[in-house]
Amino acid sequence: MEQGIATQTTSRAKHGSDDPVTKWAWIAAYALLFVFGLSMIFPFAWTVGTSLKLSGEIFTYPPSLYPTHPRPANYVDLFNTVPFLLWFRNSVVVTGAATLGAVLSSTLVGYAFARLRYPGRDFFFGLCLATMMLPGIVTLIPSFVLFRYLGWIDTFFPLIVPSWFGTPFFIFLARQHFRTIPREYDEAARVDGASSWRIWWSLMLPMSTALIGAIVIYSFIWNWNDFLAPLIYLNSVTNETLALGLRGLQNFYNTRWDLIMGGAVLMTLPMILVFFAAQQFFIEGMSTLSGLAGR
Amino acid sequence: MSIGLSSDVQSGKPAGRVRRRSALARAEMRDGYLMMAPWLFGFIVLLVGPMVASLVLSFTDWQMLLPPKWIGLQNYVTMFTQDDLIPTSLVNTAFYAFVSTPLYAFFGLLLGLLMNLDLKGVRVLRTMYFLPSITPVVAATLLWVLIFQPDFGLANFLVQGLGLPKQLWLLDPNESKPVLIFMYLWGVGGSMPIFLAGLKGIPKEMYEAAVIDGADRWSSLRYVTLPLLSPVLFFVVITGFIGGFQVFTSAFIATAGGPSNSTMFFVLYLYNSAFQFFKMGYASAMAWLLFVVVLAFTLIQFAVARRLVYYEESRD
Repeated sequence: MEQGIATQTTSRAKHGSDDPVTKWAWIAAYALLFVFGLSMIFPFAWTVGTSLKLSGEIFTYPPSLYPTHPRPANYVDLFNTVPFLLWFRNSVVVTGAATLGAVLSSTLVGYAFARLRYPGRDFFFGLCLATMMLPGIVTLIPSFVLFRYLGWIDTFFPLIVPSWFGTPFFIFLARQHFRTIPREYDEAARVDGASSWRIWWSLMLPMSTALIGAIVIYSFIWNWNDFLAPLIYLNSVTNETLALGLRGLQNFYNTRWDLIMGGAVLMTLPMILVFFAAQQFFIEGMSTLSGLAGR
Repeated sequence: MSIGLSSDVQSGKPAGRVRRRSALARAEMRDGYLMMAPWLFGFIVLLVGPMVASLVLSFTDWQMLLPPKWIGLQNYVTMFTQDDLIPTSLVNTAFYAFVSTPLYAFFGLLLGLLMNLDLKGVRVLRTMYFLPSITPVVAATLLWVLIFQPDFGLANFLVQGLGLPKQLWLLDPNESKPVLIFMYLWGVGGSMPIFLAGLKGIPKEMYEAAVIDGADRWSSLRYVTLPLLSPVLFFVVITGFIGGFQVFTSAFIATAGGPSNSTMFFVLYLYNSAFQFFKMGYASAMAWLLFVVVLAFTLIQFAVARRLVYYEESRD
């Protein structure tokens, strides 16, 4: 009994590193987490492996676990078969323009919601929050009609312009973030004669690296991965984004799994690079969210 | 504010000061509306307008070539009484949403709790679990289609290694939905940032107080962590359901709704109605049906959550 209590205390203090049983439990749990984690990233290895296999090797059963004669020239085939670089460029243009718009508009609106005093502000903010809960699909058809009326079919505008009007989730993030900045900063700037616009641009934005980082990466991921909007609005091959082009590969070259997987690798690579470049923003950007959906 | 007032009194020129103050307040008000304007414009032109338009269109027959023709409730009558694909796709979608969301929330929570532990190499682990969630859906779906390919895919190789018979996976109406749910759950690490942020937001003193009260790990989890994390969990569940009801891309690419319509989800059918068969009026009615279903379900969840979710007293 005394033994038990003593063990319990040590285990709480040091994760049980002194007690052999708890220690082994920890090691087992850790190994399990690691093995399971490996199986989470194994599909990436499988994609890369398949993209390097000879066409015939892909269809063997049992499957060969790695390319026996790696053929990097599959990637050359990919570029010769489809306008891959063009798709890549299109994705970069759409994603870049949409992300720029998302940062500017969402921080601007978020700043107004967080700081400026005007009648109806909290009502509008509540409305904005509520729209986060709407299934976006309900506006699909009229939006298509609207953009068609504007002559925007087969252009990038339907994919970019909506981001310039603020995204409720980002507006919410921005508002919560700005509210953590002490009001004394604004008031000092106002005493010096700065306008609200000036305060937003020269004071708030420079103090909001984590916020902007979070908006940039999430907007980047969403736009880069978006499939439905490009599917509906783009129809010529040269205007396609990567998501659409990759799906086209599946349609027209459905036996060339080496090409399809090569395309998947090249489409995923920028995401992984962004992740490693901006890791800290994923969690930091969310840190204002802990009381979420309550207010 | 009070300092400003007293200095007004002292300076003996209250009228001028007050006018300047109110000029500033007016400028602030004007800037407030102007800065909010992008969102408000988008709200009206890209949300409210289209929603109303969609409701109006739902009472018409419109194939895009001729002007819309008013047919009253006909689309709704067809939807509820004649079109078998409506109940089929609703049931498929409900199955997907009701199975995938609780699993996603459960594994997400588990992962968040584990990745919040003070383990050596936890950053490497976090990366491993997170990366699948940022893989483009199109790329991920194509990859899983290859792995679940019945003739030469890796999945059957593993299944046979366990001594089980080969499966048809996406080609079997009984397995197609679970496989799509499995694909979705591969990205469960996507909920990690929000869970970790929520866990970081729980004050350490709460745990210390719990330990003083004699709580062990489990009761700390049960009585401190989970209640304080419930808003985050609720957010993950509710957005999970809203997303789950709108599942489209994975089914569009992996199965196109087959086999035997077992993965014909509601939005997929809506897309086909609108952009394959150009039944814009009918598709609009479908969109409104989904909207009402999702809205009702969301409201029910909020009502339930009122009793289950713990919110701190608002600090502002």
